[in-house]
Amino acid sequence: MATTTTPQDIESTVVENLVSFGADPDVVSRDATLEDIDVDSLDLVELTQVIEEKYGIDLDGADFKQIKTVGDVVDLVVERVQG
Amino acid sequence: MTLRDVVITGIGAVTPLGDGARTLHERWTAGNSGIRDGEAACAQFEPTDHMSAKQARRADRSTQLAIAAGTEALADAGWDDGLPYDGELVGCILGTGIGGIETIENNHDQLRDEGAGSVSPLAVPLMMGNAASAALSLAHGLRGPVFSVVSACAAGSHAIGTALRMIQHGEAEAVVTGAAEAPLTPLSRACFEKMGAISPSGVSRPFDARRDGFVMGEGSGVLVLEAGDAARARGARILGTLRGYGSTGDAHHITAPHSEGRGGARAMQVALRDAGIDPEKVDYVNAHGTSTQLNDRAETLALKTVFGAVADKIPVSSTKSAIGHLLGAAGAVEAVATVLALRDRVAPPTINWEEADEDLDLDYVPGSARPLEMANGRPPVALSNSFGFGGHNATLCLEAV
Repeated sequence: MATTTTPQDIESTVVENLVSFGADPDVVSRDATLEDIDVDSLDLVELTQVIEEKYGIDLDGADFKQIKTVGDVVDLVVERVQG
Repeated sequence: MTLRDVVITGIGAVTPLGDGARTLHERWTAGNSGIRDGEAACAQFEPTDHMSAKQARRADRSTQLAIAAGTEALADAGWDDGLPYDGELVGCILGTGIGGIETIENNHDQLRDEGAGSVSPLAVPLMMGNAASAALSLAHGLRGPVFSVVSACAAGSHAIGTALRMIQHGEAEAVVTGAAEAPLTPLSRACFEKMGAISPSGVSRPFDARRDGFVMGEGSGVLVLEAGDAARARGARILGTLRGYGSTGDAHHITAPHSEGRGGARAMQVALRDAGIDPEKVDYVNAHGTSTQLNDRAETLALKTVFGAVADKIPVSSTKSAIGHLLGAAGAVEAVATVLALRDRVAPPTINWEEADEDLDLDYVPGSARPLEMANGRPPVALSNSFGFGGHNATLCLEAV
């Protein structure tokens, strides 16, 4: 599955889930910070659960230490999936 | 030490009769029922009408019901533009019988079917019994005493009584208090049915000879209580006064009330003494009145113990005849209903009461609502009873303005 997953697919997955958690779809973009869209640690744990299940990767809390924006989240997942 | 008086300045409710405290009062007083097919669901309740999608996602149904009633109560108190006091002086004390049982059941299904990795990271904050108090505290910046009260079907009244004491003793200027319950789930239904508590006929008829158990319901009731001097100083509209509170334990049986309602009678006596009101000055009783054989008999005997020769002169009615038994939320919803009944000087009816049972011979307000008859034109006074499994009894004494 991972070999056919594109960065666009991953970005869509991340955005869809953040919106389903209550983030404003008009504000969610690659450049939006997690703070801007009111995404907190509980949202990230939920997002991690979805992504791990969907892409068969493992993420842990340390992976999110440097994460500031939605784009950072997408890039992290793309790197893990393609790596 | 002189205790501060405590007034009610806002109310809110979500019940099987619809959204809103006034909807509950008006529809119950008109004799409407919120019971369908042996259950009392809040069928009209749409969480996102009352809160953001994010708040709704982070709340079990029981907490969603509390948020809706709480938001209504704060707006009713005129607090929608912000708190009138420093948030550190405003508490939030809510009750529940069970807490987030829908969340527990859903996550248990996940655990069994998909494994431990599939349970929700939100499960703990959704299921915890204090979730509703936490949610209202967070939503409105309530930073005084904030916790929840658990005492089965007496939880709502215990929460309100606890809030009363906090204000009386100066621990808070105001407390947002009440209770919520959302127990219409497969496990909860099965458990209450197994113990024989649920009405097989699906009819809630408190104090009627044919009563055969309670009809389970869901809902929430929230009141804003304020120190009377502070509320008057800010020009608040005052709906009523919370005059007294009594709380006792049966120490008799884990589920059955004492056969003569000994603990319930003492709760009423303590509440009246706390209020400084003589039994013959009580104009109305909002009964616990569950429609079970044991409760309605024990409560009737308890009322006779407390009121003696005047017991059959006082109108006694049960909100549960119209909305079923909301378990931990019952006392809070019934306190809301009692505030409005006193305001309108009306005793709402015990719906479905038709057939007298032996020794159950009080005035249960059968048929339709009736104006309250008060002596000397003074504001009417009511008791509201709640009795819970475990032998927990709580009575509130309320007075109209």
